[in-house]
Amino acid sequence: MEIRNNNKTDVSMFRSIDWITIILYFSLVIMGAISIYAATYDFDNASMFDFNEFSGKQFTWIGLSLIIGCGILLIDYRIYEAYAYPIYIGLLLLLLITIFIAPDIKGSHSWLVLGPVSLQPAEFGKFATALALSKLFSSYSFTLNQKASNYFRALIIIFLPIILILMQKETGSALVYTSLIFVLYREGMSGLILFSMLCAIAYFVITVKYSTPLILGIPCGEFIVFVMIVIIFIAMLLFFCKDLIIARNIFIGYAICGIIVGTLTYFDIIINGRIFFIVTLIIAIGYTAIDMFKHRIEKHLISIGFVIASVIFMFSVNHVFNSILQPHQQNRIKVTLGIVEDIKGLGYNVNQSKIAIGSGGISGKGFLNGTQTTLKYVPEQHTDFIFCTIGEEHGFVGSVTVLTLYLLLILRIIYIAERQRTAFGRVYAYCTASFLIFHLAINIGMVIGLCPVIGIPLPFFSYGGSALWGFTILLFILLRIDASRKERRD
Amino acid sequence: MRKDYSLEKRKYIIGGFITLIVIIYIIRLFNLQVIDNNLKEIADSNAFLRRTIYPARGLIYDRNGELIVFNQPAYDVMIIPRDVAEFDTLEFCKTLNISIDQFHKYWSEMKDKRKNPGYSSYTPQKLISHLSQEDYGRLQEKLYLFPGFFIQKRTIRQYNYLAAANVLGNIREVSTKDIENDGYYRSGDYTGDLGVEKSYEKHLRGEKGVEILMKDSRGRIKGRFDEGRHDKSPISGRNLTLSIDIKLQEYGEKLMQGKKGAIVAIEPSTGEILALVSSPSYDPSLLIGKERGKNYRALVNDTERRPLFDRALQATYPPGSTFKPSQALIFLQEKIVTTGTAYPCYGGYINRGLKVGCHGHASPITVKPALETSCNAYFCWGFKNMIDKRGTTPNSQLTKWKDYLVEMGYGYRLGVDLPSESRGFIPNAEFYSKSYRGANWSGNTIISVSIGQGEILATPIQIANLSATIANRGYFYTPHVVKAIQDTILPKEFLTKRAPHIDKKYYDIVAEGMRMAVTGGTCRAANIPGLEVCGKTGTAQNPHGKDHSAFMGFAPMSNPRIAICVYVENAGFGATFGVPIGTLMMEMYLKGEISAEHKAMEDRMINSKTFVYHGDKK
Repeated sequence: MEIRNNNKTDVSMFRSIDWITIILYFSLVIMGAISIYAATYDFDNASMFDFNEFSGKQFTWIGLSLIIGCGILLIDYRIYEAYAYPIYIGLLLLLLITIFIAPDIKGSHSWLVLGPVSLQPAEFGKFATALALSKLFSSYSFTLNQKASNYFRALIIIFLPIILILMQKETGSALVYTSLIFVLYREGMSGLILFSMLCAIAYFVITVKYSTPLILGIPCGEFIVFVMIVIIFIAMLLFFCKDLIIARNIFIGYAICGIIVGTLTYFDIIINGRIFFIVTLIIAIGYTAIDMFKHRIEKHLISIGFVIASVIFMFSVNHVFNSILQPHQQNRIKVTLGIVEDIKGLGYNVNQSKIAIGSGGISGKGFLNGTQTTLKYVPEQHTDFIFCTIGEEHGFVGSVTVLTLYLLLILRIIYIAERQRTAFGRVYAYCTASFLIFHLAINIGMVIGLCPVIGIPLPFFSYGGSALWGFTILLFILLRIDASRKERRD
Repeated sequence: MRKDYSLEKRKYIIGGFITLIVIIYIIRLFNLQVIDNNLKEIADSNAFLRRTIYPARGLIYDRNGELIVFNQPAYDVMIIPRDVAEFDTLEFCKTLNISIDQFHKYWSEMKDKRKNPGYSSYTPQKLISHLSQEDYGRLQEKLYLFPGFFIQKRTIRQYNYLAAANVLGNIREVSTKDIENDGYYRSGDYTGDLGVEKSYEKHLRGEKGVEILMKDSRGRIKGRFDEGRHDKSPISGRNLTLSIDIKLQEYGEKLMQGKKGAIVAIEPSTGEILALVSSPSYDPSLLIGKERGKNYRALVNDTERRPLFDRALQATYPPGSTFKPSQALIFLQEKIVTTGTAYPCYGGYINRGLKVGCHGHASPITVKPALETSCNAYFCWGFKNMIDKRGTTPNSQLTKWKDYLVEMGYGYRLGVDLPSESRGFIPNAEFYSKSYRGANWSGNTIISVSIGQGEILATPIQIANLSATIANRGYFYTPHVVKAIQDTILPKEFLTKRAPHIDKKYYDIVAEGMRMAVTGGTCRAANIPGLEVCGKTGTAQNPHGKDHSAFMGFAPMSNPRIAICVYVENAGFGATFGVPIGTLMMEMYLKGEISAEHKAMEDRMINSKTFVYHGDKK
């Protein structure tokens, strides 16, 4: 009876497994290994499959991944749900131990050295955290907005690994977990919070990047942020509060003020921009507040709060940037934002990777013909900067192909998430998608010089067993859960 | 579990977010990869080392196929400053046997923007030039110790004969100006300086090749790019065959030693220059290799001998009596005289209180004896009668006279294929109107030009060219020193006859006069048994002291094979130096040896000195 049941499960599992995801997975993994071969290719090179080469090792790691993947698919999906918390706690303990027993490698304590094999537990923390978060959300009648403590519990699960990994001095790997904000958003967290976060990032970048020239006596970054605040305020009144009259009046008021200030500036009478914006914003807020008290509209309060928070945030940015961030972090951000040109130092990698990618042209120089790649101009090219190889040897066409494969994979996972019948499956799928979104956006953004240099690998592509296995486990557990989606009834 | 459809819509926000990011990244990639070309150039300069391969410079042969100038290898130490890593300076100095101070001097000279305007830390720079073969061997072995260093093989010149320096010229490193004027040159290239090395530079230099090597991020050479498919092999320079007979040239230089002056020998039938001697000269091998700069400065600063001054082409002398054949031709063509016309000579030309002296001979005298005896009076009368001819003005007559001379090659550069040639000077009517400030002038007042004195100035090659014209009985080819260029043809101007508007029959008359001068006149010493030599002496007064001794002539009279001009500064009568040297040159060329009766004359010429050299001033 039991045996028959198992057989039935296996057959249905094989049939209902998501082959599209598997094909995308294999395409990326194989392309990755070939790129690693190109990135580490030397003129007197051995075969692609030679174990002494990085590519040969990567093929070995891929082989092991297949075994791991098959293993995962063979295990009953209920095991993952049942053991989610123990797995999570086990991984946390491993992360904790790692801090103390890992050797110092370039300042970080994140590698567990077991004889000839080195493992990075942070890479395995992802699926464990995803399991734990899914388990939390699948508890009986759990919804995020039910009570504040639910938020708290979710954030605890997310932040415990972040703290431990930060203690290993692996900032990049730790930041990856912040991407789980997308999961909270999908599960009911207010969009305003997500929007505020995006605004905060935008304000920060603009304020720090554009310290010159001065407009109306204040840095142009500050000026731009003020203008953004005004526009967002009017937009919120219009679309969020749906208060057409106030929005119109404030808009007309600013238009008149703008004309007056512009005219005065033309006659060389400079009004201090900071005073101008603070005074006019106080007037606008006061005007909105009067209306709010008359009609008791809560949404006005949110808009007003957003404006005040924005202004305070902007003024804090300089303080935060100069006093809270460590010098090397400030530097990394400055190099990325183009505030300081540092081609020999921190900017070297990014500059060389831009050169390598840029020299690829439309169709690339051809496999193993990339001069920058084969002559080792880009440091870390087989790991974090693997995308350069695609960019140089396969050009714009190759780069777009790879980016498209990733986009398809992520969109497919979102699609899988939405077809789950359980909160557990859905939340787990969104966790997977979030991790991939973060890795893709930051890694490619870094390589093409649009994001800070945060050392995280390109999933399935970069050389390294830990990252490959971590992502393989993450993805195959999803496939296993998805394959059994029809069996479950809640 | 119930589904919250309002939340499900959020999948579009999350999916849209990552889609937007991917689109932004694709736009960025489009910018980097398709629009921005700058990055491709940076990538190339990163990865490629373009190493120039210098072609072998064309060899130079004489008219008989004797190799005169050839190449020898030289090795320069080059560096790419950006690629130079830490290295053991002491070891480097030990390898090349130089002191640390010297090394620092080379280094600072290389970096000095004034001395090396093309300095860039990204391109190959020359640190040390002209390594010896042994130093090269030692450094090559240890090169791996010095990252960023490499050795550039070059060729420099070597000479088989220590003669004809003024014809050959030499090679030097290009200057900033050369680089500006000719895009072919790069800093450190060589170019011809003086002589045929300069005038035939474009043929001799060939075409540089390039080898594209790949270097990795540490500057290590990793082989050739694309298996050398984009390399360009150098094209060797073309060989030159000079018209110079190097043996004759050597002999001429030997005869001229201790004297200042020039010998020009031309093959009349072709205009090919057989010898172009300028004395004092210098050893061409002084201007190769490491010591070139020092030696060159010494030659420039030798103001006493001026060895770099090519007297055969650049010195302008009063032609003296060698000018008379040209006058005879003009007078005959203008019908001022016929072969029968005789002018009186009682110790010279005496007219209106003016006297141009002459020496004892029969009087009156016709054209042939006048040439034989070099009678001044005859040519003065002829000139006077031409300029002051009734029914004409001196202006128009002098212009006519000048035009004949210009046709014969005087007054303008002949167009010799060597870089520096002087014009000489033939006065025209305007010149006299100016110098007489409106006062009247006539044939009589400017009479001294008729005997090659006064304002007239000519270069030895112009005088030799007149001799060639008479030898040819009426035409000449622009004299040139290059007989053939490998794989190409000579410029057209050297293959085109130039003929003054004078009838052939008058040339026969002048040639006969010149033959008489040798058989019984002023240049009896030029008589070579078995060869019909024609000649004309010249003794030119000049403001620098003793008269210049000159000779022009050709031989044999019928079917001439050599036309010559000898000019020895401040050496007295034409017969004392000009005639003997000219004779020996013709004999040597035509017979290949000097006859016994001329041996004494040869010795006298070789051993006599006409100026005292005071040596290097310290």
